Amino acid sequence: MAESHEIPIFALQLRALFIMAQQQEVIDNVIIKFAGDSGDGMQLTGTQFTNTAAMLGNDLSTFPDFPAEIRAPQGTLAGVSGFQLHFGSVEIFTPGDFCDVLVAMNAAALKANLRNIRKGGTIIVNIDGFDAKNLRLAGYGDVNPLENGSVDNFNVVKMDVTKMTRAALDGSGLGVKEIDRAKNMFVLGYLYWMYNRSMDHTIKFIQEKFDKKPDIRDANLKVLSAGYNFGETREEATSRFSIGPAKIAPGTYRNMMGNQAVAIGLIAAAQKAGLQLFYGTYPITPASDILHELSRHKNFNVKTFQAEDEIAGICSAIGAAFGGALAVTGSSGPGIALKTEAMGLALMLELPLVIVNVQRGGPSTGLPTKTEQSDLLQAVYGRNGESPIPVIAAATPSDCFYMAYEACRLAIDFMTPVMLLTDGYIANGAEPWMFPKAADLPEIKVNFAKYVEGEKFLPYKRNEKLSRPWAIPGTKGLEHRIGGIEKQHETGNISYEAANHEFMVAMREDKVEKIADYIPEIKPEVGTDKGKLLVLGWGSTYGAIKSAVLQAREKGIDVTFAHIRYIRPFPKNLGEFLKNYDQVLIPEMNRGQLIKMIRDKYLIPAIALNKVQGLPFSAEEILSRIESLSK
Amino acid sequence: MENTTAEKFTAKELVTDQEVRWCPGCGDYSILKQAQTVIPELGIARENIVFISGIGCSSRFPYYMETFGMHSIHGRATAIASGLKATRPELSIWLVTGDGDGLSIGGNHTIHLLRRNFNLNVLLFNNEIYGLTKGQYSPTSEEGKVTKSTPMGSVDHPFNPIALCLGADATFVARSMDRDPKHLQAILKRANDHKGASFVEIYQNCNVFNDGAFEVFTEKSSKKKETLFMESGKPLVFGDNNELGIKLDGFTPVVVNLTEGASENDLWIHDDRDRVKAGILARFFDNPRAMSEHHLPRPFGVFYVEDRPVYEEKMIAQLESMTAKRGAGDLDALLRGRETWTIS
Ligand code: SF4
Repeated sequence: MAESHEIPIFALQLRALFIMAQQQEVIDNVIIKFAGDSGDGMQLTGTQFTNTAAMLGNDLSTFPDFPAEIRAPQGTLAGVSGFQLHFGSVEIFTPGDFCDVLVAMNAAALKANLRNIRKGGTIIVNIDGFDAKNLRLAGYGDVNPLENGSVDNFNVVKMDVTKMTRAALDGSGLGVKEIDRAKNMFVLGYLYWMYNRSMDHTIKFIQEKFDKKPDIRDANLKVLSAGYNFGETREEATSRFSIGPAKIAPGTYRNMMGNQAVAIGLIAAAQKAGLQLFYGTYPITPASDILHELSRHKNFNVKTFQAEDEIAGICSAIGAAFGGALAVTGSSGPGIALKTEAMGLALMLELPLVIVNVQRGGPSTGLPTKTEQSDLLQAVYGRNGESPIPVIAAATPSDCFYMAYEACRLAIDFMTPVMLLTDGYIANGAEPWMFPKAADLPEIKVNFAKYVEGEKFLPYKRNEKLSRPWAIPGTKGLEHRIGGIEKQHETGNISYEAANHEFMVAMREDKVEKIADYIPEIKPEVGTDKGKLLVLGWGSTYGAIKSAVLQAREKGIDVTFAHIRYIRPFPKNLGEFLKNYDQVLIPEMNRGQLIKMIRDKYLIPAIALNKVQGLPFSAEEILSRIESLSK
Repeated sequence: MENTTAEKFTAKELVTDQEVRWCPGCGDYSILKQAQTVIPELGIARENIVFISGIGCSSRFPYYMETFGMHSIHGRATAIASGLKATRPELSIWLVTGDGDGLSIGGNHTIHLLRRNFNLNVLLFNNEIYGLTKGQYSPTSEEGKVTKSTPMGSVDHPFNPIALCLGADATFVARSMDRDPKHLQAILKRANDHKGASFVEIYQNCNVFNDGAFEVFTEKSSKKKETLFMESGKPLVFGDNNELGIKLDGFTPVVVNLTEGASENDLWIHDDRDRVKAGILARFFDNPRAMSEHHLPRPFGVFYVEDRPVYEEKMIAQLESMTAKRGAGDLDALLRGRETWTIS
């Protein structure tokens, strides 16, 4: 191997073409997981491979798997960082269930992921990460899993990445530490060879990123090529694969993560509404990236306020809403719990406010870095008093953009707080997105109240949507007081009168129900208008259900998939729609929350499929339930 | 905030059509009256004035002011005002809170509001009791206080609100009282004139649940002996005929008698820009009824003022600097992002 990096690249590429013609296997999709220590650069490796796949026209979906602990000791299970990529020449809906290829930079990375590799899959190991120390840190003791039969069911490709990286950079003048940091490029180069991908995108990336550090730039480029060349010259036969472009709708795409999509959706709504955007929040996993993203776009008249706590986060947003800004707060379960009293205030004040809940495993601190859908009932019912708040949920990373935009539209149109639910899975997951043109986004109209000469201003007089006027300070003649105490119809004055209270409670509920007239009806995503089995989803289970239903239909099973984005109120036709199917299956990453609402409202014997492991459903899990129900 | 072209309005026009619901004799009436007297003189357009409160007796205040107002939830007026000021810096915002609302349930927001230094006014009505919930001790009640919730006396050590606010790096810290209309009016004006978060503690008598808490400071018979009205640039004197003064012995304040040989030249000259001395004045906080040997009068007036950039302007400066660097946001460019690819 020592001489391999001395062979001119063009010669290798010629040879590659030759080998390719003989050995290449065409496949339609593959799931790769890059796993290593937090310091091994696995996120970057995964992102580079992803961007290359995107440029080559593959459909794809990704999911990063961050270590559960910050600065976990090197080499331990807690410190394993992963990045999963599912790409193909076919449509891809999820980051995938079991990986076809695992890259394990050390023993801990193997241990953490061994259960998630497909039987017969490939494991690429860096044997340097399996020395006695690494084995011990990973909890293997003195047993090497590469030698005791643990990996017999897989195709194992062993390479000493560290040694070969050092060899490639011998004489580069760089220190060992800097040299070792380039290890991930070796793996990336090898995978590019394995999947017959062009390295152009990554070469360009390295050139730009290390523009000012030529020695580091050259080192990374050299190691990247060395990895590729290693594939070429490796003596053991390894198959290479070719994955063509996917038949996806023509257009211009970008990669989009859920949290980023929420942030951009909020900015787009503020811009279209002609309002400043105010985001009052407190850092919390996994919602903080929304704050990070928004704080980078201050030239869009975006004000981000990192408050002293969760309560101040939402309350500052309420103040901003009173002042006429598009006001938003975001958090995850524990933070949402703290915000609930203020949500009640916003609903009494009838001010527009968007609350984003990036759900994570609960209760209490629960599983901060893991995903769950267990805050649905909290969102719909979790406040004191009769306190209806519209609740909507995003289905995929890029759908977060549209649902964030929609949350803003509803909040402004109906003068109400709106809860947007996403979760850790789609918040951190990414997918290609055919982004819209700003001009094509729906209008959001803001009509601040104006003083009408000779007319007494009534802050709680309602329009056809039952929405009250947005009368902001600074408007002459509209001085008025609002508060959390029950108010008299129209005047908004304090009222403890019995009949008025009942009237106002019903009024606030009617207003939220009225939204059903202004949202799309439900229709099948996949399948038919009538049938034997309907799989009904909400939130981030979208991808897994869609894959499962498509597979089931290919097997001839009569099954339809519909997805709920509007949870309170439900789409107007939902009750009728559900009656068109003999059975309704509702998969949820909780103990059965949407199903309670569906059974309660429509009195149907829906069937639950629940998973509360902090992990998303695999398509297989849903498919097997569909199959068992269809027998 | 000052707006000389603002349409004039009278104190009467600040009165709303809502019936004032405080107990007869409550100190809140006087505070309302002084606010309604002072505000028309500030030259601020009425539509630009916003009163925000939390929960408690004091927090009904906005309902009685014919301006924009919000009666929010317990302890959170400070946080609400922060968001309003951040988005609408031109508004004149007045926060009305109490010892329970602002120092107990909302204590956290109060200190953070002060350190951030939003340009607004915080009026903390301190009656050393929970009035609205009918008489439990508050975080400013003295130790040993017997109330409904503390039949054997409270074991809580109380807050010293002025010291707390100085500790939070407030840029304007003052104390006044409901029973001294002139002083209160003057302090409200100064609070408004200060650019930054102005904190005014107002001793307010709750005649129902804590009557006479501040009697020694407000009653004619004791007021002159027990209060120290601070004016910057002037010596600290008090007593029936201003015959008593405060001298600094190192860092220790001592009371001297000018009729017994002490010289006016030795007296402490109040400087409301002196943070260290403000800290000493804040500690003039002993129980006037305990009659200790080191007894000091209770200071009223402005303890400390500091000019420090206000939060909302720093926030806006960042928006402007990013806009200057990158141009006003282009939504299509944002949607497109850095890296795209085209499928044909
Ligand atoms: S309870 Fe006390 S503070 Fe409250 S209104 Fe009555 S007198 Fe005033």
